[in-house]
Amino acid sequence: MITAGIDMGAKTIKVVILKDGQIIGRGNVFSGFETRESAEEALRLALDEAGLTLKDIQTIYATGAGRKEAPHAVNDITEVGADARGIFNLFPKVRTLIDVGAEEGRGIKCSAEGKVIDFVVNEKCAAGAGSFTESMARALEVSLEDFGKISLTSNKEIPMNAQCAVFAESEVVSLIHAKTPKADIAKSVHDAIASRIISMVRRVGIDQEVALIGGVAYNVGFVDALKRGLESDVIIPENPEYIGALGAALAAAENTN
Amino acid sequence: MQANYGYKDGSGEFYITIDTDKCNGCAKCIEACPPKVLEMIVNDYDEEVVAVSDAQRQKIKYACAPCKPMTGPRELPCVKVCEPGAIAHSW
Amino acid sequence: MAQEFWRWKESAWHDESMDPSKAQIITAGCDVGSVSSQAVIMLDGQLYAFANMRTGSDSPNSANNVMNWALKDLTLKLEDIHYIIGTGYGRVNVPFAHRAITEISCHARGGNFMYGPTVRTILDMGGQDCKAIRCDDKGKVTAFLMNDKCAAGTGRGMEVMADLLSVPIEDVGEMSLDVEEEPPPVSSTCVIFAKSEATGLLRKGWPKKKVLAAYCAAMAHRVVTLLERMGVEKDFAITGGIGKNVGVVRRIEKELGVTALTPKIDSQIAGALGAALFAKAVVEKERRG
Repeated sequence: MITAGIDMGAKTIKVVILKDGQIIGRGNVFSGFETRESAEEALRLALDEAGLTLKDIQTIYATGAGRKEAPHAVNDITEVGADARGIFNLFPKVRTLIDVGAEEGRGIKCSAEGKVIDFVVNEKCAAGAGSFTESMARALEVSLEDFGKISLTSNKEIPMNAQCAVFAESEVVSLIHAKTPKADIAKSVHDAIASRIISMVRRVGIDQEVALIGGVAYNVGFVDALKRGLESDVIIPENPEYIGALGAALAAAENTN
Repeated sequence: MQANYGYKDGSGEFYITIDTDKCNGCAKCIEACPPKVLEMIVNDYDEEVVAVSDAQRQKIKYACAPCKPMTGPRELPCVKVCEPGAIAHSW
Repeated sequence: MAQEFWRWKESAWHDESMDPSKAQIITAGCDVGSVSSQAVIMLDGQLYAFANMRTGSDSPNSANNVMNWALKDLTLKLEDIHYIIGTGYGRVNVPFAHRAITEISCHARGGNFMYGPTVRTILDMGGQDCKAIRCDDKGKVTAFLMNDKCAAGTGRGMEVMADLLSVPIEDVGEMSLDVEEEPPPVSSTCVIFAKSEATGLLRKGWPKKKVLAAYCAAMAHRVVTLLERMGVEKDFAITGGIGKNVGVVRRIEKELGVTALTPKIDSQIAGALGAALFAKAVVEKERRG
């Protein structure tokens, strides 16, 4: 059985093609302003990798902020549901799932059966999601990848007062004018956002195992800050940004029979 | 005076309101608050009343999170311990 | 860094007909904000002089700069002033102030002076914050609500949009009203997300003024919900930099169903004015003994 999941994220669209429980193709494209076109493109990339055509896919499910606009999808599921299914497939011992994307941060409490018991979402505020670190990296004039890396080289705590991405940008500019080392600023930024995410997730309770998914999981600075803040290890699956799409593909498979 | 401390951002409205006419300065709420969000001040009209500290004011959504689990019974220690009913949360 | 689109006119003024040597009580207020700073000098509770300038990046010196500018053409010297009160976001940075008082209290007192004893609700939209204040007929605060955590509804939020569209900030208001039909407001209150949304609208072919209209509408709506949490009682007045943005002001008035009072003097000096009045009250109390 071949199914696909399309995660229509705010910033990127991810596609996963699943054959008999195995991922055989992936696609990731910037959502842009024409999301349907971008979704088709992501689908094409995944199909190419799998060596298939659209006709070969039996069922497509969608998830993500723009899931109602997904082409070819016959049904859609919530991001929270998709995330939980996706992680259960890979790491069934996860009980607390943290998903930090470009525009939203989520905390999900999972049962032993992989169902969502409870969840909390930080939405519509850039300070609670990946957009925050992006803005700060821009202000420091470093790439997002370097931004995470240099933060690991600092062990100094610089309190950041601003809780808004726009004000934090000004604060960072002032710190730069005051000759504060970029590494120290980077560390403070990552500590700040990790602290916000952790506070949010505490509202559903934090139980082991803890997993992190979403694009921000690639940010080594954030991951480090998260582990320190939680005082525990965190599971990060390979290709963490695809877990939502995987969950959608799994849901499609479950319901095709 | 209705003193509203907090903020509204894209994710919601988060205000702690202190009614300074009702606040008697007993400081029980300050003791009861785990993350120490509250403090005693003398305001511009020379009244000794409770306020949300400057350090916490811009992140009370996160500071107050431990007392506000998503599910289950919710009892805010600050509100519970205030006899005159001078303190209220908007969320 | 982006080109500075936020340059608006700085000003200094004094009343030539007034004579400080005849004054009993000379007081001053200095309001150091995150974006702009003001200094006000009063003689026996009458407005004598003021200066309004950009705070710039040298915030500790802003108080000195703006006070010096206010004093520039006067025979009066700093030492002649009986009592000075500092206020504003940077109120700890007014080295010559005898005392500091919060901007909320100062805005209420200043608003009462500027708009008269009928004013009951004051909305101050500053560079990095937004305040809603209820006061009584003497300018004493009866309720307040301040938001300085989130850029939406602040001057900074407007700057980001003006910058994106390459429009000087003084022109934003007029441009936003130059639309045939009011477009739907941008859906995000978050400035970062509103910026992406605006970029998308421009690509769809929306003219700049339509995008500005959508953004001003969103900002106005957000501010109105803030005000409604506190309750709006007439008379209503708006101070602060965005108070000069007709696009936002008209939309706020329309949604509230209330017209804001028009100030006879620069509404940005409200805080410093209130501070100078508080200073007068201190001197009077001290002299009464």
